[in-house]
Amino acid sequence: MSTQAVEVVAPERDGRLRMAWRLLMNNRLAAAGFYAITLIVVMALLAPVLPLHDPDITSPADRLLPVLSEGHMLGTDHLGRDVLARLVWGTRVSLFVGIAAAFVAAFLGSVIGLVAGYAGGRADNLIMRGIDMLMAFPYILLALAIVAVLGPGLLNALYAIAIVNIPFFARNVRGITLGLSHREFVDAARLSGKSHIAIVATEILPNVLPIVVITMSTTIGWMILETAGLSFLGLGAQPPQADLGSMLGQGRALLFTAPMVSVIPGVMVFLIVMSVNLLGDGVRDVLDPRLRAGSLGRPMPVTRIERENVPVPDETAKASALAVVELETSFEARSGRQRAVKDISFTLRKGECLGLIGESGSGKSVTALSILGLVASPPGVITGGAVTIEGRDVLSLDETQIASFRGGKVAYIFQDPLTTLHPLFTIGEQVAEAVRAHQPVGRAAAHRKAVELLGTVQIPDPEQRARAYPHELSGGQRQRVGIAMALANDPDIIIADEPTTALDVTVQAEILRLLQVLRRERGLALLFITHDFGVVAEICDRVAVMRHGEIVETGETAAVLGNPEHPYTKRLIACVPVPGQGRGFLDAIRAMPPADIAGGRSA
Amino acid sequence: MTEDRKSVDAISVTDLSKTFAGEWSLFSGRGYEIRAVRDITLALRYGETLAVVGESGSGKSTLARMMVGLETPTSGDMRITGKDAAALRAEGPRAFGRVIQYVFQDPVSSLNPRKTVDAILDPPLRLLKGYDRVRRRARMKELMDAVQMPANALERYPHEFSGGQAQRIAIARALAAEPRIIVLDEPVSALDVSVQAQILLLLEDLRKEFDMSYLFISHDLAVVESISDRVAVMYSGEIVEIAPAEQLFRSPRHEYTRKLLSSAPRLKTAWTPRSTGGRIAAHE
Repeated sequence: MSTQAVEVVAPERDGRLRMAWRLLMNNRLAAAGFYAITLIVVMALLAPVLPLHDPDITSPADRLLPVLSEGHMLGTDHLGRDVLARLVWGTRVSLFVGIAAAFVAAFLGSVIGLVAGYAGGRADNLIMRGIDMLMAFPYILLALAIVAVLGPGLLNALYAIAIVNIPFFARNVRGITLGLSHREFVDAARLSGKSHIAIVATEILPNVLPIVVITMSTTIGWMILETAGLSFLGLGAQPPQADLGSMLGQGRALLFTAPMVSVIPGVMVFLIVMSVNLLGDGVRDVLDPRLRAGSLGRPMPVTRIERENVPVPDETAKASALAVVELETSFEARSGRQRAVKDISFTLRKGECLGLIGESGSGKSVTALSILGLVASPPGVITGGAVTIEGRDVLSLDETQIASFRGGKVAYIFQDPLTTLHPLFTIGEQVAEAVRAHQPVGRAAAHRKAVELLGTVQIPDPEQRARAYPHELSGGQRQRVGIAMALANDPDIIIADEPTTALDVTVQAEILRLLQVLRRERGLALLFITHDFGVVAEICDRVAVMRHGEIVETGETAAVLGNPEHPYTKRLIACVPVPGQGRGFLDAIRAMPPADIAGGRSA
Repeated sequence: MTEDRKSVDAISVTDLSKTFAGEWSLFSGRGYEIRAVRDITLALRYGETLAVVGESGSGKSTLARMMVGLETPTSGDMRITGKDAAALRAEGPRAFGRVIQYVFQDPVSSLNPRKTVDAILDPPLRLLKGYDRVRRRARMKELMDAVQMPANALERYPHEFSGGQAQRIAIARALAAEPRIIVLDEPVSALDVSVQAQILLLLEDLRKEFDMSYLFISHDLAVVESISDRVAVMYSGEIVEIAPAEQLFRSPRHEYTRKLLSSAPRLKTAWTPRSTGGRIAAHE
């Protein structure tokens, strides 16, 4: 994975911009918004050179001419002024005020947010409560109050709108900054000798900028609308200056006699705000990583299966608890399908523990998830092979049948129980829910079973602890809860994906001991995914070594670890320091031919 | 200079404590305090690697962060290359950075995703060493060379590198300040084993080449044994045992050290050592 990344991203910066542009234009509504607002802006910018009447010259003789009259395409208003000219000039003013207000608000709001987020503590509290107070006022009332103090006028309206919108920026930026200022690269910058101001300006700001742009693109329409609102009330543009809001306000009195005088600027306001918002939403979708193509799309209940070859499992496969035959799982990428798991075959006998060991990116977790179609789709696709559980090909079953296997016959245990447990439910409720998902029992019975399970995984005082929330438990206890949930429906097979990696060694030893006991008592088949040879030696009967999506070596644990055949396995084992070896370990590493290490690539 | 080196330790701390006060809140009054580090006395000698071993929550990272000035001790005395740390702190953040640097656990999050490698290496060279533009450029190439990365890596962004490569860049940034001491906070625990071995080897070679002292924070006993001269074992904010590495691993005295050693999973099977050295492995 990683080296590929190094190879392909050379023209990165250009490519990313072009890519963002293409994504934006792919969104039809955003593209329409973009073209509409560009047209309007160009028109407004060209106002001085367009062959228009003077927007402020009155001619009482020509008052209230209808649309399409000679010399006045959009007619005239109650003072005989050309509506088209006033519309173009008015749009120019409204756009300018709205956009300028957006920049002022973005600048001030970002500064406030950055300072509050970076300083933290009491300063943060003080600043943000001030911002909250600003937000607590109805915004138009606040704008009115500001204009009342400063006096009516376009510039004052601009200030009012900018001030009213500061909280939106301040709150967003402060949230992001707070998260960033605890990141390690900020500490590193501090140790590089950078001052606080330099850190905020050069380390944090570049990471905050996309959020500022997103907030701006979604609020700028509002600000234009608010400009029009203030002018409508007579607090913005002063006569005779044209502005969309004041045109609306003046046309209001003539709504029945000459509706076009107010309808035309109204339509213009609508067009501007609509197109800005459409474009803004598009920009947000492109910039916001959470919304980027696909990731927001809910994954399908089962991984997409498009198998090119469907091997027929042989007798040994049928006799095993779990057999994986020539499994191939790919991920869809821009450059086509990338195979993450290539032709993997293994069997897991009843009551056996098979270790699947490999480094990051070796495809061990994808293999584990493919077994019950849990690889997220898109982008995952199972492109070949078969998975048989008790002789039945799982991948040819329908969704509900596959789902009934999950947590039923086959259960998963994941690496970090803090992310797999729901923070708002007690652990008792969550274990009980796992029971009820497969068994038709009542609430009380499920709870009793949950308490019993918590006892099985040796959680002290299970009755009491069942009422605890996940954050109240230690990492080891949370993983015990994860195991209890896996045991809820008496599974035959447990697939454990790095279940002890996040734990301290002393706790890891306890969890491994527990798994070993459960396996013996219940005759569980255990597929144990790990990167740690020590753990494999501790718990597994057999081990399969994975690399680049392939199994390079498989066999009895003692044989593979004691006398590895494949050079990759040898290398991996040699890279694990051994107690008692002391500094001799580094000498042994130094003695290894450099090309031989990690395939000479990932270090 | 040489006499100086013999007479003072690189870092010496006496009765160092750090207490995190609970947030004061309107409704519950002051929250309870957490004593992360309790009365630690410890010395890092010149040219040695001192490992601090402990499990999560033992206070080892807090101790490390105090030593580079990222946290302020609640009480106790700390001297860095013979100078009082409080005086260093008063001189400003740069004073710390010149003598002592830090390498973080997660190489990816310790590099700003929006900066190229040369922009990441620039501040220490400019602010701590005061080099001019030409000299900085030359130093960057030397640093890339020292951590065995190609010079063209300078124009790239952190996400273009694997974990091991990113950690090499983070090490280069620490080296840029030409410090006497580097604090390494779990520098290899986020890496794959084969990469981990390479980084350990690199760290050992760099220490010898630039004559530095390492404070090596880790939870992994086997890794610690392979690189350290002395080992301090931390448990709930205190040092329960400190001894030369060989002695500590051969005959641990404290009960907790023994428990740690016996908990580490290991290959039980015995077999004949091969040419590359037989393994009776354990780790993490």
